[in-house]
Formats: sequence, structure tokens, C-alpha cells
Amino acid sequence: MDTLIVHLLNALLYASVMFLIAGGLSLIYGVMRIVNLAHGNLYAFGAYVTAWAVGRALGGAIEASLWLYALLPVGALAAAALGALLEPTLLRPLYRRAEEYQLLITFGLLLILEDLMRLVWGPYPLQVSALYEALGSLTIGESIYPTYNLLVIVVGGLAAAGLWAFVYRTQFGVVLRATSQNMRMASALGVNVNRVYVQAFTLGCFMAGLGGAVIVPQQGAVLGMGVDALILAFVVVVIGGLGSLEGALIGALMVGIVREAGITFFPEIELAVLYLMAAVVLLVRPAGILGRA
Amino acid sequence: MTALAAAPRRVLAWSAPVLLALIVLPFVVPPYQTVLLSYGLVFAIAALGFNLLLGYTGLLSFGHSAYFGAGAYAVAFIVKYARFDSMEAFLLGGIVASGAIAALFGFVCVRYTKIFFGILTLALSQVLWSLAFKFFWVTGGSDGLRVPTPTLLGGFVRAGNDKFEFLSHRYYYYVLGVFVLCVAIMWVIVHSPFGKALQAIRDNETRAEFVGVQVWHYRWVAFVISGIFTGVAGALWVPLNGLTTPDILHWTFSGKMVFFTVLGGFQTFFGPIVGAIIFNYLETYAVGHTVYWQMVLGVVLVVLVLALPAGIVGTLRWLAPRPARAETA
Repeated sequence: MDTLIVHLLNALLYASVMFLIAGGLSLIYGVMRIVNLAHGNLYAFGAYVTAWAVGRALGGAIEASLWLYALLPVGALAAAALGALLEPTLLRPLYRRAEEYQLLITFGLLLILEDLMRLVWGPYPLQVSALYEALGSLTIGESIYPTYNLLVIVVGGLAAAGLWAFVYRTQFGVVLRATSQNMRMASALGVNVNRVYVQAFTLGCFMAGLGGAVIVPQQGAVLGMGVDALILAFVVVVIGGLGSLEGALIGALMVGIVREAGITFFPEIELAVLYLMAAVVLLVRPAGILGRA
Repeated sequence: MTALAAAPRRVLAWSAPVLLALIVLPFVVPPYQTVLLSYGLVFAIAALGFNLLLGYTGLLSFGHSAYFGAGAYAVAFIVKYARFDSMEAFLLGGIVASGAIAALFGFVCVRYTKIFFGILTLALSQVLWSLAFKFFWVTGGSDGLRVPTPTLLGGFVRAGNDKFEFLSHRYYYYVLGVFVLCVAIMWVIVHSPFGKALQAIRDNETRAEFVGVQVWHYRWVAFVISGIFTGVAGALWVPLNGLTTPDILHWTFSGKMVFFTVLGGFQTFFGPIVGAIIFNYLETYAVGHTVYWQMVLGVVLVVLVLALPAGIVGTLRWLAPRPARAETA
């Protein structure tokens, strides 16, 4: 029974991080109709910045003081800043052009960011496990479970709730939804679409960066984590529906559970089964479970 | 009048000296350069196939690595399980494997367009990658499978002791021969009524359907042909590389294929060929000169998209416009 709970918590952990990444991707697509292939690298960027900042603040100490947890969001803020920088310079010139060029430029951005992180932080992984260990562990039945994972799940849940409130209960959210539903009409009604685009992109990057920031104490920041995460984020978004935050949540939960089940019972097909699931959803309901085509 | 006979004299005029240069090349440059160009020619064949979908049918596939890898792993499996080493068997195996997989994936994918098509092709190619990666007892996992030098022309031409000499002379001519054949076949395809129908579908799907073109059917056939060309490229690539690994099934390799096709200019016939060869040199020298070669490629791609969307050949054509004649790219 307790192994079941542990598996469930692992699935929720994975789902939380996936929701943060995929939610950002979905938000960006929903508002701007751009598939950001560099999104995974923004997640990696958030992870690296947080690992670096916390590492500097720790300064070689073994024990982490609880104040350091307040430093975690710095990765998210850095990713948001990077997004705010990239959108007007690289993406805005391409809105009027064919979709292929947007995919290409974000692919180029992926390559650039990958090596930028190598340039700044070197090829070795950055660890910040002191934060992971400082919270200790819980006993669930006969199993021991790290408490930090629960923190990640809570952050994921809070992010989901916060984002929902932001999009559905604030004025900014109304403007965001209006722009995503009908950009020209919103523009005709006086919305500054360029500004909404920058804000939406920044918010999406913030979420990706937050995903990286919360997971980095558990698994460290490694080159290539962005590319791996991107493909899984695609699976989540395809299942849940491009452009829908609730879809990203459902997709993340499904991916988390299927992955955990796959790893437990049949590790060889764990990856394949996720991609197959995406392919099946694309066949049966191409818009995704909760998406609009 | 066949499409080949209708090939504009301009094309034949400049392709003859280029072909001559390619034939003479192994006697003029060091073997390393010849082998490097062989890689370029292999990628050019893949680009040719890829562009049938992108430039002529208007479908951007982000999963063409699946067919390249299918061709490559077919070769590796022929070596591993059938213990054959004839290049013709390799090519046949590559064609069959990539054709079958393209037929299957195409059946699934061509119902969609634009972004869903791209994501679906990406997801399917990742399925193949993950299978090749995880089932290591069949595919060698991330170590890959080794492939020895093949015999060419049904066993008449053997490798002998010096593998590099074989690769830079006999194998190079073999690749060149297959390359010329592929260019000729693709030219005929693109200038045939089939090719025209594809372009009609690309330009205006609804109108094409009203005229009576079965859109889904034509797209699927184009998909299979495209996959086969890419599979041939994969089969040719393996003996050059000596080894096949799951990397060539990964979506980032598909991204490279998109990159070099767009680099050359995907709205022209010869653009992708030029792009593939130039990209090969670009990547090789970038890798050789800096650790941050991905950034170099990324910057080139960004500059390309922002400043030169027509690609190299497209921009050259824009700079030197040909007299207005009724001819297609």
C-alpha cells in the first residue's frame, strides 16, 4: 500500500514539473500561435541560474539555511527576463511569415541557448543537493520519502491554481484570453497586442524557469536537460490540447502516471509508450483532450 | 516530350562542368576531402527527398530522421542477422524498410497539416528513437551497431586492405552515381503531372480538391517517396560512418535536415542539394574549430531566417533573375 503511495507521489512530482513546462508552452501557443522549440532550454536556463545562485549563496556550506529556499524563484525570474528579451527581437519579425520560419528560428534559438549554457556554466552538472537534503524525509508506512518532493508537488499545485486565477479572474487574464481567441478583434478593440504577446511569452518562460528552479535540487542542472524536457512537454501538450492550461494539467497528470507505471513494470518501453500515447491522441482527437483545433 | 528532355538548357549547361568536377575530384584533393564530400552527397540525397515534402507539397516534417535511421538500421540488421555485405542488398533493404515505415507513418500523418503534422511526425520518429535506444539487445542501444565495408556492384568491387582508399575512390563514385540517379529521378517526379498536382495542393488545397486532385492520396504517395529517398541516403551513410547509432533517429537530426534544406532554399530544386553540402562543411569545420559549434549553427539559422529566408540558391536566383519563361523551379 505504501509503495503505491510512493509511486503516486512520484507521478505527481513528475506531473508538477511537466505541468509547469507544458503549461508555459501551451500558454505561449494559445496566445501567440507559436510553438516555441526553445522552451525546454528556458526550463534548463531556470535550473542553471537557480543552481548557480543557490550555490553562490551557500558558498561551500553543507547545511542549508531555510532562507535559501526563498532564492529558488530567481531561476524563474531569470528565464522570464530572457523571454522578455527574446520575444521582441527574434519572434516579432516573424509573425506575418509562414509557420515554418517560426519553428526554424526557435530551433536555432534552442541550439544557441544550449551552447550559451555550456559557455557560461561549463559542461559539468551543477548540483545543489543541500537544499534537497535539508528538508529531510517522511516515513510513509514502511517506505521513506524525501520531503522536498512534496514541496515540488505543492509548488506545482499552487502554480496551477495561481495561473488559473490569473487567467480567469484578473483583468489581464481577460485581455490574454481575448487576444488568444481573436487577435484582430482584440486589436481593433484597443488592446496593445504586441505588449500582450511580450507579457504572455514572459509568463510562459517564467513557468518553464520555475519548473527548472524547483526540480534542480533533486536532479541537478545538466546540459541536454532542456531538449529532453521539450519532447516530453510536447507529449503533454499534445495529449491535453495545444493552447489549453487545463489540458496541460490533465496531460501532465496522465504523462506522470503512465511514466511511473512504465518505469515500474516495463522500463524498456517507458519512453516509447509516452510517444505512442501522443500519437494515438493525435489520431483520435488531434486537438487534444481539451484543446480547440 | 519527357521532362528530362525539357530540362532547361541553362540547367544542363552548368550541371555538366559541376559533374565533371565531381568526377575528377578524388584525383585532385586529399582523400579526407573526398570522404567529406561523400557525406555531403549523402545528405544531399536526404535533402532532395525531404524537399519533395516541404518545397513541393508544403508539409514540414520534423521526423524525417525516422526514415534515415530506418535505412541505416536496415543495413545494420542485414549485416547482423543475414551476414550479407553487398551494397545492393543494403540499398534494397534500406528502400524496403524506409518505404514501409514511411507508408505506415504517412498513413497516419497526412491527414493533418501544419503544426499538427510537424508534431505528429516528430512524435513518431521519437517512438522509433526510443525503441532503438532501449532495446539494446537488438539494436546495440547507444553503442550502436558496427557495419563493415560492403562490396559494390554485386561483389565485383571489394574493399581490399585500405579502407580509406576504398571510401575515397570506389565508394565515392558509387555514392556519386546513386546521387546523380536520385537527382534525375526526382527531377522527373517533380516535373511530372504528379509533381504538378503536389504543387497545386501546396498552393491551394481547396482549389486542388475542387479540380479533382485527391489530396490525401497525393500527399501520402509524396510522403512515401520522400521517405524512400531519405532511406537510401541512410543506407549510403552507414558504410561511410562504419557505425549506426540511435542519434540519427533523434528529432534533433530531423531538425538538421530541415536546417540544411532551408539553408539552400526550399523553394528551388537544387537549393536543398547545395544547402546539404554547405551545411556538411559548416558543421564539420564548426565542430573542428570550436566547442560551441551548436551556437554557430544556431546563429547561422537565426540569421538565415531573419535575413535570407529564400536560402542560398533562392537568394542567388533573386539577385540574378532569369528571363521570364514558363518554367518551374
